[in-house]
Amino acid sequence: MSADTAHGSMKSYMIGFILSVVLTVIPFALVMGDMLSSEGATIAIIFLLGAGQMLVHLHYFLHVTLKVENGWQAMSIVFTIILLVIIMVGSIWVMTHLQENMMPAHDQIERVLDGQ
Amino acid sequence: MEPNKFYVTTDPHADHGDHHDDDHGHDTGTMLGFWIYLMSDCLIFGILFAVYAVLGQNFAAGPNPSDLFEIDMILVSTFMLLFSSITYGFAVLKMEANNKNGMMLWLIITGLFGLAFLYLEIVEFEHLWHLGATPMASAFLSSFFTLVGTHGLHVTAGCLWLVVLLVQVQMHGLTAANKRRIMCLSLFWHFLDLIWIGVFSLVYLTGVTLT
Repeated sequence: MSADTAHGSMKSYMIGFILSVVLTVIPFALVMGDMLSSEGATIAIIFLLGAGQMLVHLHYFLHVTLKVENGWQAMSIVFTIILLVIIMVGSIWVMTHLQENMMPAHDQIERVLDGQ
Repeated sequence: MEPNKFYVTTDPHADHGDHHDDDHGHDTGTMLGFWIYLMSDCLIFGILFAVYAVLGQNFAAGPNPSDLFEIDMILVSTFMLLFSSITYGFAVLKMEANNKNGMMLWLIITGLFGLAFLYLEIVEFEHLWHLGATPMASAFLSSFFTLVGTHGLHVTAGCLWLVVLLVQVQMHGLTAANKRRIMCLSLFWHFLDLIWIGVFSLVYLTGVTLT
């Protein structure tokens, strides 16, 4: 196996598959069985396990390592993740505030009426 | 050094021959280039996820995720994609063992799982359409159909690519060029499964939990 290639073996594919099955079944079971009373906790677990499964796929199926292509693959994925975080956090942050501003609270309406 | 030409008259990968099994054209930059394409595709999905995260709660007095989504069917289609990922892995292992027929068999099984996923998605969309939950109904449904539909189109493209590859392998055998193509589609296929993790976590499971 040459230095700049990363391949799986039967064993690594099976490990990845079993981990993926577990990480898929748990969040579905939580939602389908209505297991947790707290919505926040359910969503936190869904996202945590989802992120975990993404890492499992990256490692066992996509074979991302720091060594492949002299590190350019890892470099490009880090760059992409930075852009994704900016896009997603930025959009959600800005748009949440926009929605708050579009729906004036009661005291804001009163203030405007008093000013007239 | 020769000046670069825009056209290629000979296959630049041809010299790397079949004698070197682990050579899938990495040194020519094809794999890295394809990886960078995937990263740009990842940005497209990232933007669609952001749009859904922003608009996904705007139901315009229409149906919400709990009214519409059948989580058990989503679990089935999730497993279709997961099975197709592992069977693609088996195909790559057969390819590395230079077992052409074994590889083609696993690729066909992968394609069938992909088609099963697409079939379930079409049934779901048709069901939603029937209920009046069209993209025109609310911002939630517009962003839902854009995100899930874009993923479905990618899987469709992957299935078409798979068929073309099967024909190429049948015609020319496990040449270096074909091995490189199989590794590219492998990245594409596993990448689509990875995007689906985001879809079922954000759209389906979170949507049903919140409503």
